[in-house]
Amino acid sequence: MMNTYVIDRRLNGKNKSAVNRKRFLERYKKHIKRAVNEAVNSRSITDMEHGESISIPADDIREPIFGHGQGGRRNIVNPGNKEFVSGDRIAKPPGGQGSGSGSGQASNSGEGLDDFTFNITQDEFLEFLFEDLELPNLVRKELKSMDDFVYRHAGFTNTGVPAKINVVRSLKNAHARRIALSGKSRRRLKEVSKLIEAEEAKDKTLRNKNLLLDLIAEKEKLETKIGRLPFIDDFDLRYNLSAKDPVPSNAAVMFCLMDVSGSMTQATKDIAKRFFLLLYMFLRRNYEKIEVVFIRHHTSAKEVDEEEFFYSRETGGTIVSSALRMMQDIVKERYPANAWNIYAAQASDGDNWNDDSPICQRILEKEILPKVQYFSYIEITPRDHQALWHAYENVRSSFPNHFAMEQIVDQSDIFPVFRQLFQRKVT
Amino acid sequence: MSKTIQPPKDPRHEPITTSSEWTFAHIQEFDRVIGNIAREYRLDTYPNQIEIISSEQMMDAYSSVGMPVGYHHWSFGKQFLQTQGNYERGFMGLAYEIVINSNPCIAYLMEENTMAMQALVIAHACYGHNSFFKNNYLFKTWTDATAIIDYLVFAKDYVAKCENRYGVETVEKILDSCHALQNYGVDRYKRPSPISAAEERARQEERESYMQQQVNLLWRTIPITKEESEQQKTRRFPQEPQENILYFIEKNAPLLEPWQRELIRIVRKIAQYFYPQRQTQVMNEGWASFWHYTLMNTLYDRGYVNEGFMFEFLSSHAAVVYQPPYDSKYYSGINPYTLGFNIFSDLRRMCEKPTGEDYEWFPDIAGKDWLDTLHFAMENFKDESFIQQYLSPKVMRDMKLFCVYDDEESPEYEIKAIHDDPGYRQVRSALADQYNLSTREPNIQVVNVDLRGDRSLTLKHTRHNNIPLNKECNEVLKHVHRLWGFDVHLHSYDGDELMSSYQIPEHLNAEDDSSLENLRYV
Repeated sequence: MMNTYVIDRRLNGKNKSAVNRKRFLERYKKHIKRAVNEAVNSRSITDMEHGESISIPADDIREPIFGHGQGGRRNIVNPGNKEFVSGDRIAKPPGGQGSGSGSGQASNSGEGLDDFTFNITQDEFLEFLFEDLELPNLVRKELKSMDDFVYRHAGFTNTGVPAKINVVRSLKNAHARRIALSGKSRRRLKEVSKLIEAEEAKDKTLRNKNLLLDLIAEKEKLETKIGRLPFIDDFDLRYNLSAKDPVPSNAAVMFCLMDVSGSMTQATKDIAKRFFLLLYMFLRRNYEKIEVVFIRHHTSAKEVDEEEFFYSRETGGTIVSSALRMMQDIVKERYPANAWNIYAAQASDGDNWNDDSPICQRILEKEILPKVQYFSYIEITPRDHQALWHAYENVRSSFPNHFAMEQIVDQSDIFPVFRQLFQRKVT
Repeated sequence: MSKTIQPPKDPRHEPITTSSEWTFAHIQEFDRVIGNIAREYRLDTYPNQIEIISSEQMMDAYSSVGMPVGYHHWSFGKQFLQTQGNYERGFMGLAYEIVINSNPCIAYLMEENTMAMQALVIAHACYGHNSFFKNNYLFKTWTDATAIIDYLVFAKDYVAKCENRYGVETVEKILDSCHALQNYGVDRYKRPSPISAAEERARQEERESYMQQQVNLLWRTIPITKEESEQQKTRRFPQEPQENILYFIEKNAPLLEPWQRELIRIVRKIAQYFYPQRQTQVMNEGWASFWHYTLMNTLYDRGYVNEGFMFEFLSSHAAVVYQPPYDSKYYSGINPYTLGFNIFSDLRRMCEKPTGEDYEWFPDIAGKDWLDTLHFAMENFKDESFIQQYLSPKVMRDMKLFCVYDDEESPEYEIKAIHDDPGYRQVRSALADQYNLSTREPNIQVVNVDLRGDRSLTLKHTRHNNIPLNKECNEVLKHVHRLWGFDVHLHSYDGDELMSSYQIPEHLNAEDDSSLENLRYV
């Protein structure tokens, strides 16, 4: 008597909880965003390829229900008595929560103090990051897809979409099928035709009329039988098969230039960091190999590593041209323009020593812009523009395709600058 | 079935397998053999549906309380992330099985289990839990195993439809509020009408209009004659206190849309389905553990499994029924598996090898037929009455149970009773009381609705031993307020003495009275 069924469910989808998980993330967006922002600040801009562990205070995600609180009178039964006898009295530990404070309670409140910690994937991480930057969906998608592909012909297949039908192959198959399937009939047809001819070649009186009629009837039957074979059938169809091949791409170098004089606050630097980050991710999408050069400057420029670039503090005046000169030198030495795609992004609060701005304009126009793919300048300040901005405006009018500049007040302004860059590449 | 167990014709079999890897053929073979032995022990079960799943799928099952289908809600996502996190960091292993009270009875087995574990799980879930579901009186009267899966499908579709029409967030809010009250959405004394998905769908529209009509009648504002109004004043509504708060709100809340009432009903029905499980945890797990132990030992006695297999089984079994003592850092209350297993095992012992103490304490049991005794105990009790009835002095001694009295006003705990002659009865009733749902959960009932006034809803909390409500109480009342739509009051009484009162929304002072005045004419 069998009344048991054993079913293998392992092949069923395993992401049944995906929707609920997403709902949860949606609901605690604020917490997650905060965590993502902190993570961005503590990560390198070239290190965005993994998810993040998020912690939410357990109290914030509690689902309240009616329950007993502390206090009142209660009897609690516990196992494992060692030394107690009836009537013993034990002083309560200070703080109230002791060994005997209730079977259910102890475990519940014990867990309650912990944070609720879970992991989000890289995709989700970027999604939350981009949301703050107010990136449009298309751009988000483009940024997240790491590789570009080209479709290459890779033989034929017998399944596919109508648009991919290979006509010659399909007809060849159909022809072969027709030959194969009608072989027997055609052989017989030949024989019958011969017999008819032989019969007709005889003298009229000698002909066997019945035989002739039979043969003619058979001939007609065979011809319709052959004619009924479909000209082309489903299984004749062949489709072109294409395979995705990653596009080989070249190397690029990205220069990050930033003013680190006393007027740049950590908040301004954090905004700049996000801008550099986007540029980096954009480049990574397009180039196989990317190098990043960090140049910071106050009155003089210095090539530094990322940590120092974003987090060390400096004071003093500002001479922007020092950084541009340094970039120019580095390009000359290490990144010849014919082998490298050069990108540069400069962030500043707009302060510059007044006499220096025309020099900057000259270096950019004469030396740098002819060699770079793209130079973007962001000015992170809520204040009015100064000489540097006006000098750069001149640069923009003479190199509209290679130069972009934008003023940024908070994070969500980063994207417009970035968009210019993007549009140029897409077209 | 015969009353005595027939000695098997061929006492020793070859082991079914000696490998620790499971195969489908072996699972089927084990199920057949275990099933046959189970029938000798008169275990009456629903047909089994054993589903092999991966650990990821087990996590999915976890987060939906084991239900194969369920509506979408963020709290299940939270559950999932929690399980996943703990599992990946190695804080917990996954349960070896999940079993669903349905007909056929669905049991999930993880593919990672060894053959011995699969056999253990089959004995535990497919014959232990399954027979409990089919024969315990609570499950028999309160749940409908044949209809639950269909009903869950209906609920999922209905919630999805509401989300499409009214937006995910709106629906989520209602569900949040219902979840906060789901323990108060069950009928404790009346058997609920059976659920059937087909009828649900057919009747749902009819119900919508009818329910609205009822509500309208209750809240009509057409002027009433004088006599009627006299009557109204003396009439209380509800006439009797109502314990099923969700039901009361579903039927009487003035402002809810019909679809919102239906959502309340869905949460209520599902809570009702789980209600017997919450009341029979010790019995259910104890019964299943007792039977996996007994069935596996019988398998071994008849040679179906070898020693290695038994060693693995026994080490898992020991882990399942391990009870850390109260002062261990692993202690988190009494392990229901241990308690239940010990009671059922001791019942068998009392029947087979009674002592003088047993004849004194359990004259009806000592020396009687053990199968009759166990089946009777399984069928006719819930945790509270089961412990009160069957917890024997021997089990109390073995587990070294003792009862601590904790009075808020005293600086000391008092050991009320321990596992000795004068203490047995007290320990036993204290433990039974611990499993009484109505003392485990605060007793809160709907006592009044101000029909002609500000339409406020009044709840009454009757304190058990002067234990107050927890801190989340205000949050829950906000949910009640969301569903009810007007002011909500909660009074907490110890006996006749009013201990504390809550009100949502919190009125600061009397100046709001004017708005109440206006409301009267809405």
